[in-house]
Amino acid sequence: MVMWILFQAPPTTELPRVDKNPYTSAEDLALGQKLYNGRCAGCHGLTGDGGKGANLAVRDLPRAGTDVALYRIVRYGIPETEMPATLMASREVWQISAFVRSLGSSSNEAVKGNVARGEQVVGAKGGCLQCHAIAMKGGRLGPALTDIGGKRSPGHLRSKILEPALEITETFRVATVTTKAGKKISGVRLNEDPFSIQIRDFSDEIHSFFKEQLASVQVERRTTMPSYKGRLSEAEIEDVVAYLLTLRGTVQ
Amino acid sequence: MKTLLMTMLCAGAVWAQGLTYERILNPDREPGNWLTYSGNYAGHRHSPLTEIHEGNVNKLKVAWVYQTNSLQKFETTPIVVDGIIYISEPPSNAAAIDARTGRALWRYRRQLPDDLRVCCGQVNRGVAVLGNLVYLGTLDGHLLALDARTGAIRWDTVVADYKLGYSITVAPLAVRDKIVIGVAGGEYGARGFLDAYHAQTGKQAWRFWTVPGPGEPGNETWKGDSWKVGAADTWVTGAFDPETNLIYWGTGNPGPDWNGDVRLGDNLYSDSLIAVDADRGKLKWYFQFTPHDVHDWDATEVPVLVDELVRGEKRKLLLFPNRNAFYYVLDRVTGKFLLGKEYAKQTWTKGLDDNGRPIRIEGTTPTLQGVKVWPSVAGANNWYSPAYSPVTGLFYVAVRDSGSVYYTGEAVYKPGERFDGGGYRAIPGEEEQGFIRAYKPASGEVAWEYKLHSAPWSGVLSTAGNLVFGATNEGQIFALNAKTGAPLWRFQATSLLVRSNPITYAVDGKQYLAMALGNSLYAFALE
Repeated sequence: MVMWILFQAPPTTELPRVDKNPYTSAEDLALGQKLYNGRCAGCHGLTGDGGKGANLAVRDLPRAGTDVALYRIVRYGIPETEMPATLMASREVWQISAFVRSLGSSSNEAVKGNVARGEQVVGAKGGCLQCHAIAMKGGRLGPALTDIGGKRSPGHLRSKILEPALEITETFRVATVTTKAGKKISGVRLNEDPFSIQIRDFSDEIHSFFKEQLASVQVERRTTMPSYKGRLSEAEIEDVVAYLLTLRGTVQ
Repeated sequence: MKTLLMTMLCAGAVWAQGLTYERILNPDREPGNWLTYSGNYAGHRHSPLTEIHEGNVNKLKVAWVYQTNSLQKFETTPIVVDGIIYISEPPSNAAAIDARTGRALWRYRRQLPDDLRVCCGQVNRGVAVLGNLVYLGTLDGHLLALDARTGAIRWDTVVADYKLGYSITVAPLAVRDKIVIGVAGGEYGARGFLDAYHAQTGKQAWRFWTVPGPGEPGNETWKGDSWKVGAADTWVTGAFDPETNLIYWGTGNPGPDWNGDVRLGDNLYSDSLIAVDADRGKLKWYFQFTPHDVHDWDATEVPVLVDELVRGEKRKLLLFPNRNAFYYVLDRVTGKFLLGKEYAKQTWTKGLDDNGRPIRIEGTTPTLQGVKVWPSVAGANNWYSPAYSPVTGLFYVAVRDSGSVYYTGEAVYKPGERFDGGGYRAIPGEEEQGFIRAYKPASGEVAWEYKLHSAPWSGVLSTAGNLVFGATNEGQIFALNAKTGAPLWRFQATSLLVRSNPITYAVDGKQYLAMALGNSLYAFALE
């Protein structure tokens, strides 16, 4: 019995023993903001309006309905996303959580565009679905937009449409490899390391190569998304933003 | 029967003494063991073992895997003594493992308080062994001596108060009859020190404060009372030279990290290499790499001690590829600056002056809006280990090449609260570069380089089998030809983070390669 207890595994993710955030005083919030500025603002923006990371300036955080859920995300990250574990001390995790909750009380910017017109532009003139998927429709060259409205702020969406080159997600770089036999294959780079590369080509076939099989590997440093500055009118861009903000996917 | 009895008596005698200082001092006499953090006191992380060599390394196979129960970063360097591996596990645990089979012989699990202060993960980089005791530093600021045969606590000393922002992540260093240990806490204004404890009793032998107090030389390099919370912590294991009787140890960033206005001055001895007397902890010399740092460029890298010709004269050198993107060579007897060479992209200086002091470029100090500076906050090098091979005469370093956007912020100290005065982020769109590079030690000239896919977070090991081992951020462990850098072998081990250093050992005459990869300790051997 003693041995059994000694060799018991500790829990891999230690969750707090309380349901409610115990650190929500003004002082905690101020400290939380400091911590947030250093650790979170790089991706989520100083006001939480998102960027590389999700928009946190919303009333309800889709993945963090409870304080414990938010705690878990801040401390341990979200697997299979760009949200890393911070592994900070629990008190600090609570303080950041308190600050993140406070971001939601400053309501989102009002959006003037027309949703129905935006949907039309996305499907037709904008050609967005050639590369982006919304639910069952669309391509896979760029990130799916099915739940983009829950993740990104209007400002971030607008800047992505106008200046897509500003930031490109690592998992959506286009790579072209040439085999030693001279065959060229292009597609979205899924992985790369010093020894191998995996690619999903434009017809969705997945390829894996050891680099010694290849004559060359070229990875696009720029995004393949065009800028819509001049291609769509300002009003059309506002319509697209308004439409995208309605896309909340299945994560509620 | 008589022989057997003699063998048993001898084994008993060896055990009674356990791992002596004399043995740690002469690791080349027992190349099958790995007796101290860097393999030897000089920080070489090199092994004379040759069973695995450039001609057969491609036949390396997994011998066994030992998994921890934690998803925290597993940064340990194993210590191997006579067929038993001693490791630390995150957050502040330890284990003894049979080196042949990977089976745990004992495990020590520490109950930690809920309100720890750790900046960068609940990690630990390894244990030290001396006599029959295993020494472990803990995140709540204790130094423990565990019985090497059972894992039971023999003594437990409080090194520092974790409620003031201190933690211990460093592997201790056993020197003679003392255990030398440092602290972390640079993001909490935890005033740094280097301590030594009597190995048998746990009583403090000496303390050297890395931020001098009032009346001590160097205190004037801190504005007002800022020295009290000046950090300069000591969280990476240093080196020792029995001839100079000096312990060489790197110190961390001044606190707060990114707001220097509250601590005007050079901020001694932050971001420095300190050389202290091993018996009394008195400062013999220091060299400050980054005076008044505002980018968090801790000089907490592993110092490497070599004897090499400099301008025709054989000198006792200390090699230090720094986080601030300069490769330094110092005279380790006097601390004299001999060389400082840019070895990764840097935009914060016009270079170093004749004394090695950086000539700063205006406009590189963090701002509220953020300022782009190279190297990155993680630097051109970090806590993971380099290696020096006396066979090739080359010095192997995992080099990071990237920048950061640095922000400044408010810096008001409250005990135990985060006190960093700003923050940082990646430069949008920048792809970090990473390399394993072989340097000629005295000149810093590159002999070869092997390009990685990303900026590395793992150290290297060199062996007399003409090999250099390392690991990628993408989860592979690999071997390169030590003379040319040509890749010879690799193994995809994990989808988790790799943050550790390789070692090698032998048991029953068979050589193994061991490294913490993801949350598992792997051992590889030839079939």
